[in-house]
Amino acid sequence: MKVMILGATSAIAHETTKCFARDSAELFLVARDEAKVTAVANDLKVRGAKRVATFVLDLSELERHQEMFDSALTTLESIDMLLIAHGTLGDQRLCEQSVAETVQQFNNNCTSVISLLTISANYFEQQRHGCIAVISSVAGDRGRQSNYVYGTSKAAVSSFLQGVRNRLYKAGVCVVTIKPGFVDTPMTAHLKKGPLFASAHSVGEGVYRAMKQGSDIVYLPWFWRPIMLLIRSLPESVFKRLSL
Amino acid sequence: MLSLFNAKTTTRLQSWGHYPQLEPMAVVPVFWLSDLPDLAAFEQPVLPFAYGRSYGDSCLNEGGVSLNVSYLKRFISFDPKEGLLRCEAGMSLADILQVVVPRGWFLPVSPGTKFVSVGGAIANDIHGKNHHKAGTFGCHVTRFEVLRSNGERLLCSPYENRELFCATIGGLGLTGLILWAEFRLKPIVNSFIDIESIRFSSLDEFLQLSADSDLDFEYTVSWVDCLCGGSKLGRGLFMRGNHNRSQEYSARRMPAKLPLVIPFDLPSFTLNTLTVKAFNEVYYHKQLSKVVRRVLSYEPFFYPLDAIEQWNRIYGKRGFLQYQCVVPFDNGGEVMKELLRRISRSGEGSFLAVLKTFGDVPSTGMLSFPQPGITLALDFSYRGKKTLQLCEELDGIVRQSRGRVYPAKDARMSRESFQTYFPQWHEFERSIDPKFSSSFWRRVVPTV
Repeated sequence: MKVMILGATSAIAHETTKCFARDSAELFLVARDEAKVTAVANDLKVRGAKRVATFVLDLSELERHQEMFDSALTTLESIDMLLIAHGTLGDQRLCEQSVAETVQQFNNNCTSVISLLTISANYFEQQRHGCIAVISSVAGDRGRQSNYVYGTSKAAVSSFLQGVRNRLYKAGVCVVTIKPGFVDTPMTAHLKKGPLFASAHSVGEGVYRAMKQGSDIVYLPWFWRPIMLLIRSLPESVFKRLSL
Repeated sequence: MLSLFNAKTTTRLQSWGHYPQLEPMAVVPVFWLSDLPDLAAFEQPVLPFAYGRSYGDSCLNEGGVSLNVSYLKRFISFDPKEGLLRCEAGMSLADILQVVVPRGWFLPVSPGTKFVSVGGAIANDIHGKNHHKAGTFGCHVTRFEVLRSNGERLLCSPYENRELFCATIGGLGLTGLILWAEFRLKPIVNSFIDIESIRFSSLDEFLQLSADSDLDFEYTVSWVDCLCGGSKLGRGLFMRGNHNRSQEYSARRMPAKLPLVIPFDLPSFTLNTLTVKAFNEVYYHKQLSKVVRRVLSYEPFFYPLDAIEQWNRIYGKRGFLQYQCVVPFDNGGEVMKELLRRISRSGEGSFLAVLKTFGDVPSTGMLSFPQPGITLALDFSYRGKKTLQLCEELDGIVRQSRGRVYPAKDARMSRESFQTYFPQWHEFERSIDPKFSSSFWRRVVPTV
């Protein structure tokens, strides 16, 4: 199996890639920090990956997406699975004070994903098999004052994915929207950990299972589905009064 | 609901015994070897922390900075020709086993739980059921890298920075932050162990069995009934094993079992003399014949308690003390009998009591615990002064016999005891990083 991972140094992506390594997959890893992606690549080699190639790129450089995708195709010859996992949590307070910061966060989490999906959807549509999975977030299910910039970008990604899924269904390509809740990763290191936090390991394995099964929309862990159903069904007149 | 969302519950760092409860001022995560914190910038003393499987306060740093290294869990390389594995220091032995066992490799030394980090295994120079053959974990470590608070990253091996190498093995995390380590695995044919379990009725019989088994069996360990005195003193079950070598077993896979979980602290009356006595009686007689032979997967043999997640909660909120000592062979039988007599008289001992003989493979570490002799390890539910007094009494016997108590399991030994057990601490002190300290160290060594 040939797997391309974008944002390969993210904790969830690494845990998912470990599962593919166990299956002796061939891997193409993209991340912006060379030392970190090398550390991840070495780990995956020991874990059984048949081959690991790396590509260093800050995915907010949209103009280099095509070059990166071509490089992956040259290396792997074909791509069976694509996981898009990069992102930044950002600082909501900072965004509220700065348009530039808000746009930057939106570009990191949304524009770059849309660019990557545009390129890869065409590839998979022609190939007529495979799987695209994207790590979105429960935060995209409803805007909340504590992180609506992040949430908005994830909501846009989730909507975009619905469209792509609908389009690629006829081509036999799976498009998986992953919606994790709180995950204990470097991204959330500054937050105090409550009972709803899941380990990157369990979420990463959940992503792997969803990709193998070709699911549509997956909440990880599962209990976020009823929680978010409840959150979404609160009338706005009530919701706006809450401090969430 | 709201508080769940805002996730304000604090993370507490606890050691395995849940005693003592000491809070660091801050917990600083370390994610990448290429992105390390500037240790000199911290005002408080620092100490690494991974999974908190040390029992007492040797992994705690009250009021200081705990460096959470549990995110440093990546493999770096594996050389299948030499069996040399290199990985980051926060990797757990469980993670390593999961990857290497299916490929025919095993840990050179396995402690009683697989949920310890490689860094912790080195810092406590851990031992296992094969100590009489293989020595400590440190004996199999070929190289590691240590970050000192002045920013230096030092490669340590028997050939480079040898003094720091020897001080870091068994050095209780005080000599700097271990970043990664390389050590030798050993080849196995399959993941199964041939086991013999033999009932013994006295300590002398245990010593005889040990002497008879040490040559032919790679692994030996015994459970001892520490509540029986008089004629039943020192009765127990002797377990010895070797790696199974038949190809036939190689294809077999044990079904993965979900661990049992103890979801909360059990009430403190769960364990009392009566329940433990009853347990011991049943456990001692569970095998009808004197000798039982079977083939078992490695997990229940090496890590029986790992099958019960958070088993430490059976001791309730107040926690427990673990006491592990070693006494030299010379008159060791008599000393051990005296220790067992004191324990059985107190009625305090728990059902988790282990006896084993250590061999004479020298430990690499300057401050390593194992030395040739008989070792006893057991738990005491923490009942305040009474428990502390009993341990102090046991210390008196161990001190006199020129034995030692294991710092990794300790939460209460006196300064005098520590300095008697480890007179080399003066020499060791030279290698301590000036920024590093632990609650244990501040307790057993006077600050200048």
